[in-house]
Amino acid sequence: MKINERFYPILATLAVLALLYGYGIFEHRAFSDTYVLGALLTDNAFLIITAVGMTFVILSGGIDLSVGSMIAFIGVLMAELVTGFGMHPLMAALISLIVGAAFGAFMGVIIAKFDIQPFIITLAGMFFLRGVCFLINLDSVPIDHPFVAAFSGFKVPLPGRGWLTASALLMLATVIGGVVIAHYTRFGRNVYAIGGDRHSAELLGIPVHGTIIRVYTLSGFFSALSGVVFAFYTASAYPLAAVGVELDAIAAVVIGGTLLTGGMGFVMGTFFGGIIMGVIQTLIAFDGSLNSWWTKIMIGALLFGFIVLQRLITRSFSGMRAGAT
Amino acid sequence: MSNAALSDGGRDTVLSVRGAGKFFPGVKALQDVDFDLKRGEIHALLGENGAGKSTLIKVITGVHPRDAGAVMLDGIEIHPQHPGDAQGLGISTVYQEVNLVPTLSVAENLMLERQTRKFGLISWRKTEADAKAALETLGLDIDVNRPLGSYSVAIQQLVAIARAVALDARVLILDEPTASLDGDEIQTLFRIMRDLRDKGLGIVFVTHFLDQVYAVTDRITVLRNGRLVGTFVTRDLPQIDLINHMLGRELAEVSAHRHQDEGSYVGPKRTIQVKNLGKKRVLEPVSLDLHAGEIVGLAGLLGSGRTELSELIFGSQKADSGLVFLDGEPVMLRSPRHAIRSGFGLCPEDRKQDGIVAELSVRENIVLALQGRRGWLRPIPRAEQQQFADDMIRALGIATPDSEKPVGQLSGGNQQKVILARWLVSKPILLILDEPTRGIDVGAHADIIKLIKELCDEGLALLVASSELEEIVAFADRVAVMRDREKVSELVGAEITQTRIIEAIAR
Repeated sequence: MKINERFYPILATLAVLALLYGYGIFEHRAFSDTYVLGALLTDNAFLIITAVGMTFVILSGGIDLSVGSMIAFIGVLMAELVTGFGMHPLMAALISLIVGAAFGAFMGVIIAKFDIQPFIITLAGMFFLRGVCFLINLDSVPIDHPFVAAFSGFKVPLPGRGWLTASALLMLATVIGGVVIAHYTRFGRNVYAIGGDRHSAELLGIPVHGTIIRVYTLSGFFSALSGVVFAFYTASAYPLAAVGVELDAIAAVVIGGTLLTGGMGFVMGTFFGGIIMGVIQTLIAFDGSLNSWWTKIMIGALLFGFIVLQRLITRSFSGMRAGAT
Repeated sequence: MSNAALSDGGRDTVLSVRGAGKFFPGVKALQDVDFDLKRGEIHALLGENGAGKSTLIKVITGVHPRDAGAVMLDGIEIHPQHPGDAQGLGISTVYQEVNLVPTLSVAENLMLERQTRKFGLISWRKTEADAKAALETLGLDIDVNRPLGSYSVAIQQLVAIARAVALDARVLILDEPTASLDGDEIQTLFRIMRDLRDKGLGIVFVTHFLDQVYAVTDRITVLRNGRLVGTFVTRDLPQIDLINHMLGRELAEVSAHRHQDEGSYVGPKRTIQVKNLGKKRVLEPVSLDLHAGEIVGLAGLLGSGRTELSELIFGSQKADSGLVFLDGEPVMLRSPRHAIRSGFGLCPEDRKQDGIVAELSVRENIVLALQGRRGWLRPIPRAEQQQFADDMIRALGIATPDSEKPVGQLSGGNQQKVILARWLVSKPILLILDEPTRGIDVGAHADIIKLIKELCDEGLALLVASSELEEIVAFADRVAVMRDREKVSELVGAEITQTRIIEAIAR
């Protein structure tokens, strides 16, 4: 039986991951230890959580540049609520998630109702949120609270020397949640349909505007969640945190095999994409002789490869539609 | 609120349109059109480009809100706001350019928004089984998990029909469904259409293939220029009458021709010879001579090869056989750029898409072709551009406040004049006009025709494709008649009458 065309990109992602991990284990004995795995999951947790939200945005054919600023903004907001107002961190987190989702929804409404390029609107969102960070706080501030300490201290041991942190567990839960939303809800399938062919989706009777608004709401929510995790994980807030994370998230989504033009891809792929980026970073750290900028070079090279691969796959589809004039 | 009295079809009629009107700025796209669709019939909706077929369909399906009249489904007036609405009411449409999502699987395309859910989550096993069952009613057995885009257009179209039928459609509108299908695929489609008809569905079939109309339909409604010509029983309507309804008006023949007063042009007799120009699956080889100071009309139904011939001569489609000679010398026709350098010009049928650059100003649009002919390395001085633009605005009577207004803001007739102006400043030898008067209001219509005649007197060779027979009869010195992607006849002088052209088209 022929392998379904839809799985080609994610198979490529898995192959790259296996290759990189295999190389790591071959070169450095310590790489096979679960300690590395646990660290990968923890260090990339906030990135992957954001990237899950970004996956929906890209699947719908859009882009969300505001997520990096959102992470910083949520951190600053949390610090203010916990330290300034003496709020319990969980309460602060809840408020943060609502604020994040609301801001996402706001951008979604503008994008859908006024039919404006998401690039422009989320770029505006990116500047706006980054600016608001400085309005609240100019410096790096610690978030001191027993709960935050407990959060960063929480660990589930893995076989071997590794462990799963609370961040990693939250991230895994987010990925599972993302998979369910993407593949087992009508909303999720509608996102794919809109990204695949917006005009057709409209004619098929899909509520396009509503779906797009919900996509940006979801992205706002996930980036806010990522901000919460980041704040708990670092136990501090800094207005200049997470600069450029939006681009890392987009890279994780694309390396994970999601089509930049929308309509095809998997949330699971984004998870692997994020891990691949982490593995590259770890490999370069293990090597010791290479500059950390090599991470960017490797990720750039991977992106080139994946984008060309995407083009080849979409071309095999568009050829079939030559009948349309 | 019953409008039952209005619909004369009674219980048999599933869809009834009364006095439908749709007006766009400057154009009455649809005017006072009645249309009745019975349960269990296949009803052809025919007309040339711009006759109002697609506008009528868009009004029925809610793409455009109607400006006048009523649409009734089973006797109850409906106001669909968008195609989804119409679908919910039981009116499903399948378009030529399959409107499904190619990146999704076949099953998903069939079941979007209707997936079976368990505990709020989609049950894929049940959804796929439902999709398979829906396809089986059409006798289609394919792997529903593969992406739709990996199947042929024919299968995609059948999937679209399956989706429409599965939505409990009462009315199925098929808009040019056969345009990209081959013979066997068309037969399959017809079998499915007959099956669905026998199950009581009302089917509207839009096509420009007349043999298909006779093969599968029960009744025919003909539109022309946005108005209803009539509804006929297919088997009682000879093909020649049908073509008459589509192209001609049953008026006395217009006899004010210009072919008698030939020879108002005295200048170098340049000739363009088209020899066996053709392309596989697009156009059978065509030969045609064109002379300076002469208008050759290109007549034929939609899809007869009119547009294709124009494009092959202009090089925007590449011919795979034949040559074009200019004064006996072969001309390179690899691309429009080559054609323009050789002195050919084309005003395309679809102004908006292929002709004007809407965002550029009148002046910029006018100098485009001349600049293209001179090459980009020799820019035309601004003053000279202004001169050209002002001259043309005056000469052609282009209604624009000044030469800097974006062309997109002008009316259709004035846009057409800008395109004409563009070619005129580049002083072409041959100018091809594809449907020069389409979508233009009556006043501008006469202007354009007058202009065409003047151009000819100035020594241009003109090739004018049109579906308006009156028009062709009024200005052509010779008429080439196209049918089924082939040139079937050439009429000269006194032979040029609407009747003769229609006879040639109907064979």
